[in-house]
Amino acid sequence: MGNTSSMLTQYDIEDVENHCSQRFTQREIVSLYQRFCALDRSGKGYISGDEFMSVPEFAVNPLSQRLLGILEGLNFKEFVAVLSAFSPLATINDKLDFIFRVYDIRNNGKVSSEDMIRVLRDLSGDFLTDKQRQAVVTQALEESGYSKDYSLTPEDFLKVLSNGGLKMDVEVPID
Amino acid sequence: MEESKRADVYSVSKGGEKKYRGMRNPRLDNVLERVQGRDSSLFKPSASEINMYQRHLDEVLADSGPKADDDLLRNLLDLSPTLSEAASAIIDDSFTRCFKSNSPEPWNWNIYLFPLWVVGVIMRYGILFPIRLVLLIIGWVIFLGLFIPIHFCIKKHEKLRQKLERGLVEFICSVFVASWTGVIKYHGPRPSRRAKQVFVANHTSMIDFIVLEQMTAFAVIMQKHPGWVGLLQTTVLESLGCIWFNRTESKDRMIVAKKLKHHVEDPDSNPLLIFPEGTCVNNEYTVMFKKGAFELDCTVCPIAIKYNKIFVDAFWNSKKQSFTMHLLRLMTSWAVVCDVWYLEPQTLRPGETSIEFAERVRDMIADRAGIKKVPWDGYLKYYRPSVKLTEKKQQKFAESIVRQLDDRKSTRSLTTGLRDGGLS
Repeated sequence: MGNTSSMLTQYDIEDVENHCSQRFTQREIVSLYQRFCALDRSGKGYISGDEFMSVPEFAVNPLSQRLLGILEGLNFKEFVAVLSAFSPLATINDKLDFIFRVYDIRNNGKVSSEDMIRVLRDLSGDFLTDKQRQAVVTQALEESGYSKDYSLTPEDFLKVLSNGGLKMDVEVPID
Repeated sequence: MEESKRADVYSVSKGGEKKYRGMRNPRLDNVLERVQGRDSSLFKPSASEINMYQRHLDEVLADSGPKADDDLLRNLLDLSPTLSEAASAIIDDSFTRCFKSNSPEPWNWNIYLFPLWVVGVIMRYGILFPIRLVLLIIGWVIFLGLFIPIHFCIKKHEKLRQKLERGLVEFICSVFVASWTGVIKYHGPRPSRRAKQVFVANHTSMIDFIVLEQMTAFAVIMQKHPGWVGLLQTTVLESLGCIWFNRTESKDRMIVAKKLKHHVEDPDSNPLLIFPEGTCVNNEYTVMFKKGAFELDCTVCPIAIKYNKIFVDAFWNSKKQSFTMHLLRLMTSWAVVCDVWYLEPQTLRPGETSIEFAERVRDMIADRAGIKKVPWDGYLKYYRPSVKLTEKKQQKFAESIVRQLDDRKSTRSLTTGLRDGGLS
């Protein structure tokens, strides 16, 4: 995948398709590549945090900084793999893994109440006090039968989030 | 105006129903409908001075927030709405589309087309370009040869001097247009000189100004540029009464507003041309019009400009190339073909705010030129969106959390109350 030409070869496309476990079709991958090149203005092969933030809709999102941590500096193949969680073909496990990844900022396989408070802070800004945040998290954990110091595992995420379905699909526009 | 095969997410289908696919920003359609005013039974903006951009943005980005579900843990952990919005913005967003220049697809890789293309390149660079360059140089020599003496010598006959200078500027603009083999079709009545009127147009490149100036010597308000363009601005264009602004200075806006008012009230000044988008857009979309031009208490005469992309893409992506490179590209293309429509003058209707007025005029221009509208402020090209927009979302989320906490407190106190009071 040369960074000078905006043309992908069939081999490249299949490579990317395999890497994201066929969650995106080949046409979607071509479309995503055009988008990647459009965002990566200086043609470095990855999108910098600044370039992501130049998309106004992304910049106003409360979780933009966390997502930058996951998305910036990725090459195209990895970019598609990360975004594949949003494909309609992604399984519920793919989506849950992504959400878990957003929470588990220290990457230790567990989501503690601290992690939950941190994400809650991103989502609520200065409109909740620290005390309120602590109270909400404790209440939520206790109501679902966990102790207030418990750290959630991916299996817990599955239990809590899987009933009722998870609507996390984004459509890739194909020309 | 090519119709894409898929239902474009920003269009409204013939039956009037909104079509959107999957989770992609269904509210954007609603917002655009309101902005386009097609379904007037929907939300009508109030007469108060609200920042329309901010409000529409809220609606576009308002997410449903945590569901009023009983499971608090689920509501906390379920980030899917927020994440979907972010992913949707990464995959495609309407703002970046406004500034996308379509790279020309190579069509010449073929045994018989390639030689034709080579011949074409030789003709354009070898024959047309030198001729055009010579023409441009001669034109400039004549222009400067006449302009400089007139500007410095005829100090006494102000009116005559202005008239001559105007004529000369129209001349040099015609030379420019000829240097790109410009084929420009003007439709509608030519602008007349009158006090208390301003002209607004959609903006694709600096050449918009040249194209319009060829017909009428406008006084334009534009960003001060560096280099030879800046030099031209301060010498020649100054004599026309042009006004400069500096995007980076915040106080600048008030100074400019004052200058505008002063200019418009003077009956002898040249008609004022304003590009309310504030930045160059790729001629497929329009961004929000700034209300400054619409609160001058004047008639607003809209002008729509549409370039024909088959010959050359006239969009000047100021981040990608300098104006000189842009001009060179135009001069080495076959032609610049565009349509200019002078539309009916509009005045502020009773009960209409200047923002609504701006939107109405934008409707007219977008309709005429056949381009789409997006509810974004063009200045987002240079600045990040205000933090307040994120804060609004955070506030909404926080309020719903507090509500859920309160519900639980009240049900708890209710049950304890019943327990205590009911058994006595």
